[in-house]
Amino acid sequence: MGTLPEPFAGWFAARGWTPRPHQLALWEAARAGESALLVAPTGGGKTLAGFLPTLVELHEAPREGLHTLYVSPLKALAVDIARNLMDPVQEMGLPIRIETRTGDTPQNRRARQRETPPEILLTTPESLAVLLANPDAPGLFAGLRSVVVDEAHAMAGTKRGDQLSLLMARLDALAPGLRRVGLSATVAHPEALRAWLSPTARAEDVRFVLGRGGAEPVMDLMLPEGHLPWGGHMGIASAPGILARIGGAGVTIVFVNTRAQAELIFAALWKLNDANLPIALHHGSLQIEQRRKVEAAMAAGKLRAVVATASLDLGIDWGAVDQVIQVGAPKGVSRLLQRIGRANHRMDEPSRAVLVPANRFEVIECVAATEAVRAHELDGDAPRPGGLDVLAQHILAIACQAPFHPDDLYAEVTRAGAYATLTRRDFDDVLRFVEDGGYALRAYDRFRRLFRDSEGMVHVRDLRVARQARMNLGTIVDTPMLKVRLRGGPVLGEVEEWFASTLEPGHCFIFAGQTLRYEGIDALTMVVTRGGEGEPRVPAYAGARLPLSTNLSFRVRSILADPKRWRALPEPVRDWLRLQQRRSELPQRDGMLVEVFPKGGRWFMVAYCFEGRLAHQTLGMLVTKRMERLGYGPMGYLGTDYVLATWSAFEPDDPERLFEEDILGEELEEWIAESSMLRRTFRNIATIAGLIEKNHPGQEKSGRQMTMNSDLIYDVLRKYEPDHILLRATRAEAAHGLTDVGRIATLLSRIKGAIRVRRLDRVSPLAVPALIEEGREWVAGGAEDALLAEAAALVDEATGGAEHFADVLAEVTEGVRVRSGVVDRPRRENRRRPPARRVSRSARGLAT
Amino acid sequence: MIPAPLHIAGERLMLDPMGILAWPARRSLVVSDLHLEKGSHFAARGAFVPPYDTRETLSKLALAVRRHRPARLILLGDSFHDAGGCERMAPADCAALGRILASVEETVWVLGNHDPVAPPGLPGLALHLLADGPLTFRHEADPRGPRPGAGGEVSGHFHPKATLATRAGGITRPCFATDARRVILPAFGAYTGGLDVRDPALGGLFPRGGRVFLLGTDRLFSVPLPPMRRRAELPA
Repeated sequence: MGTLPEPFAGWFAARGWTPRPHQLALWEAARAGESALLVAPTGGGKTLAGFLPTLVELHEAPREGLHTLYVSPLKALAVDIARNLMDPVQEMGLPIRIETRTGDTPQNRRARQRETPPEILLTTPESLAVLLANPDAPGLFAGLRSVVVDEAHAMAGTKRGDQLSLLMARLDALAPGLRRVGLSATVAHPEALRAWLSPTARAEDVRFVLGRGGAEPVMDLMLPEGHLPWGGHMGIASAPGILARIGGAGVTIVFVNTRAQAELIFAALWKLNDANLPIALHHGSLQIEQRRKVEAAMAAGKLRAVVATASLDLGIDWGAVDQVIQVGAPKGVSRLLQRIGRANHRMDEPSRAVLVPANRFEVIECVAATEAVRAHELDGDAPRPGGLDVLAQHILAIACQAPFHPDDLYAEVTRAGAYATLTRRDFDDVLRFVEDGGYALRAYDRFRRLFRDSEGMVHVRDLRVARQARMNLGTIVDTPMLKVRLRGGPVLGEVEEWFASTLEPGHCFIFAGQTLRYEGIDALTMVVTRGGEGEPRVPAYAGARLPLSTNLSFRVRSILADPKRWRALPEPVRDWLRLQQRRSELPQRDGMLVEVFPKGGRWFMVAYCFEGRLAHQTLGMLVTKRMERLGYGPMGYLGTDYVLATWSAFEPDDPERLFEEDILGEELEEWIAESSMLRRTFRNIATIAGLIEKNHPGQEKSGRQMTMNSDLIYDVLRKYEPDHILLRATRAEAAHGLTDVGRIATLLSRIKGAIRVRRLDRVSPLAVPALIEEGREWVAGGAEDALLAEAAALVDEATGGAEHFADVLAEVTEGVRVRSGVVDRPRRENRRRPPARRVSRSARGLAT
Repeated sequence: MIPAPLHIAGERLMLDPMGILAWPARRSLVVSDLHLEKGSHFAARGAFVPPYDTRETLSKLALAVRRHRPARLILLGDSFHDAGGCERMAPADCAALGRILASVEETVWVLGNHDPVAPPGLPGLALHLLADGPLTFRHEADPRGPRPGAGGEVSGHFHPKATLATRAGGITRPCFATDARRVILPAFGAYTGGLDVRDPALGGLFPRGGRVFLLGTDRLFSVPLPPMRRRAELPA
């Protein structure tokens, strides 16, 4: 390994630093013209390592034009890195210009950057996509030598990562010999990440550099004073303890799992905050200016704590964070590690973290996560193959840059790591989709966006198509939201439309750290005032909670099954497990425990599957269908991260048959196709692929809605062309993500012949946390009509058909469990079905 | 299919879960907002939504006509998404529409904002407003409403939809919006979205509240509609 040339060696020495081995290793790789992936924990000069080769090269051979492109998942990070990089450049007097280009960059600076590009440009995947969709891109990027991808682990396997992967393949075509440098936190699948980064999609073409690990983190478990809660995920009971920890440290980040939890914890802390410690709130639904203000205050050292969601998982290196508090179970080891790493970016000092479980099951999960962090056992899936929707967007963007031949583009695309396994058939279908929709009924020939010339080259039709395409680049799709605006004041952020539809004027709710009174809806804005009376509600957001990871699940099961490992658990939890041993038994590590007991005139079955909420919700649908066939009269089900619970009219006398592998049959296909999860997936895919436009020229001015409801498109397409490329893409994505079918299959094969059934006379200690889970978690999949009938009947029952439904419905439906119906049941059967019974707060009653 | 009876101005009307209204006394079937050729309208702008919307809408309409066997078909406007829609229709779809129109004795095209002129070459009577006995049929409800005691009003235009809170979250469906004097039909077209009944533009038409009927697969789900202040009174 060589030594750095002057003035670099001197610059390091002047600071009393020596270049770290991984910084030199990246320089070596660059001198050999090789791409490289650096995997290292936070801190340790990772970013400088990525840029060092560029700085040396530009010092030795100064030149004009774009030399290095830096791509980060966050705008703020790009801006911050630019600032930090200026220091060494100015101090060494290097002739290098560094600029950022993001969605916020003003138009005149963009134009200037095109004419006289800086040597180093820092940007995001979205802005890079726009640059590459321009006819002048070949000139701009011809001299590019290096691409630095920051937080590579957070991009690979996401749609933004797919897009970046394709963009890098295009950059390669424009600037042959381009080096790639990936900077990543520690990951479970470094090989897959290398392949993703690789210019050939082969891992061995990327040099692997492993940074030395920093000091081991110091982790504490904190339980609430007094009684250890049986259920709940918010952790409010621990607020006094959290506040005390904040008071005892310099700067704290309090991480929580959902935006709703962030609001509640923030409110709970301020209720106790007599010392007026500056504590702020940060989550993804707050207005962007507000978030920037909090980040700036944090960077300036004006805050003692910030309560944050995943919105702060990545981002600016604040350096001065002294501790991280994780409230609620971490759900995954890698995420926990990432969060812990936010405390103290100095490598030689340990990061400090406090884990605050919200209930007794979460205590076990926290202990399991702590052990996994100590064992350096990471989790997370390997990056999945790239999405076809992203490819569709990319093809159109490339056509906007220059005409292409399909054979060449296919070859280029399959060199992108994320698309290495793309078949020619899928590529051609996506290309046809971009051209004219790709429908079997060729109705849109005259509206083609692309046309082919006599040599087979594909051209974009006209400037209007190109302009429209550039306006819709990017893979971030927002759910339909309503802005929340103070009357006569600023916009505070946004809530989901659904939440707004449950409010009546006068209702109050907690948002942006304050109690707000709902006044009304004006166009696309929800108008609120400060204050309000009564019990405030908290907006919830779809898909906010991550399911328990497979690794963590295994560790939780291992701890439960082995009393010798209970030493790590606090006393109340050990008592609870011992009680479970006496009353029932503990779930085994590899088998599955099923408990059956009567309660309140019905039969409960609790299956300890530990496969995460999403898998349990899908499994619940399958199991209750089988229960119906076996005549058990199922009434409902509930999936938590740990268990699946069902309740039925008759005793499930043969639970083993409910978990046979053949339940994963046609019914599943049908249910998945109808489920709201698939519809959401389709919506994203249709938007990214360009079927639904995010922006249309002139839309801002007219204010008219130019898009079409994706559900309507989905229904028509599914009926008339079920094998269309977008539906294929939707099914492929759902199988990986929202329905977690893969985990159900693994579970069913693991527990075959290893199911233990315990018949009890009452609820077991271990089952209680599951059964007091909130009813809102219940998801019915395709049973919408049954739910509507139930809700309409409840309104009638509660109001005599006279009053206004929204007032009372929230109360009436809470804790109600009725039969899980099926859509499209023949009418005769409907009549025979006993009327839905109300079971007031049955689940709650179990706790006492 | 279980229709729900609705009495307006002394007339018995049947609300059908398909989102259509039957008036048995006059052997009339009322359908609103077909928005035919909306798909090709979007495609012309570069959004290639599946080109099967006209086929789907017409096959549903044919089913409705077979089921109710009306003498008169009243289309409440916005039958085509835009003025060029009729010419863009595929020959097979044209023929399907022709068969539907031939199966009734009379067709009334109430004109809407999307199709302000009668569709060229199609049979039927084009009107801005149809008054028949105590009922007035128009595309967009008259904000002043029918005068008290002066009969009832049947209209479309707004594409009403409503969200019902259930224990698995809110479920949104197209719906009929009604009170004692007026009924607003949901949109029938395959690609027609909706406007929430709580939107002031729509809810304001029911100042004393009313009732909405959400469309289910084979029945309607009826819930009360709370009174709404008109748009002008909404806090700024």
